[in-house]
Amino acid sequence: MKRTARRLVIDRIACTGHGLCAELFPEQLALDDWGYPIQSPGPIAGGDTRHAQRAVAACPALAMRLEAARG
Amino acid sequence: MNALFNDPLWFTTRASGTVAFGLLTVTVVLGVAGVARYAPARMGRFEVAALHRNISLLALAVLGVHIGTALADSFVPIGWTAVVVPFLSPYRTTWVGLGTLAFDLLLAVYLTSAVRLRIGQRRWKAVHLCSYGAWAVALFHAAGTGSDTRLGLQITLYSVCVAVVLAAILWRLYTVGPGHLAARVGLATASVATVAGFYGFLAAGPLAPNWSHRAQQAQSTEPMGERR
Ligand code: SF4
Repeated sequence: MKRTARRLVIDRIACTGHGLCAELFPEQLALDDWGYPIQSPGPIAGGDTRHAQRAVAACPALAMRLEAARG
Repeated sequence: MNALFNDPLWFTTRASGTVAFGLLTVTVVLGVAGVARYAPARMGRFEVAALHRNISLLALAVLGVHIGTALADSFVPIGWTAVVVPFLSPYRTTWVGLGTLAFDLLLAVYLTSAVRLRIGQRRWKAVHLCSYGAWAVALFHAAGTGSDTRLGLQITLYSVCVAVVLAAILWRLYTVGPGHLAARVGLATASVATVAGFYGFLAAGPLAPNWSHRAQQAQSTEPMGERR
């Protein structure tokens, strides 16, 4: 199975600071004091994609998406 | 006990209706907890959200059983169209019709949730707010149609469901923030009025004498057989 490297993109305007994403994808997401996500940069390592997808799906504000790392 | 085996469909309809209402109640409360950002000590917030979704799906499955067995039971005439078009059932037209109405509202909520990414957050939310209405309509459907409404345990169950949902709504309205005071007071008043209306209806309707005939009679001169 071919895996394309992916990158997590957060729509800062849509984000309402629910913080669910950081519970599900702590590999790349931490929360600041107000509950908004702080993202460590870089593409998502292969095995983490599933976790990232769960975080994207759980975001109540639909503020996150996964994009191809290049382009 | 004999009646249970003679009428398995009828009993399944009643039991699954009660269970579905309980599950919907839990779903509503979990939904309010999620939107109010309730963060329990021993549970992740994402778990509250996942429970909200999964229990809602369980409720849908149990609702399928409730509707399927009600249709399959030959004693009460309801008819396939009455599943989605309200107020077509010859049996207790008004009260079964409320169940159909609640089901239609819930279907809208489920379907929009399934395509949430496509329709966008705002439209999804507008439809999702119908859940409160669906829950309230389902409550009146349960009390008005249900053959079990007079049972002490059943009334206790409804009262617990009403209490937790009302508490969740009032808590949410209280904590949501300082703005929109008039709207919040209005919604709180409407919620309390709905509950008061429910108990008024219970007293005047299902708990008053001869409900099984009155529930039917408004629509047809020929009373349906009374079932217990
Ligand atoms: S779950 Fe969504 S809304 Fe909540 S902090 Fe993460 S990106 Fe923002």
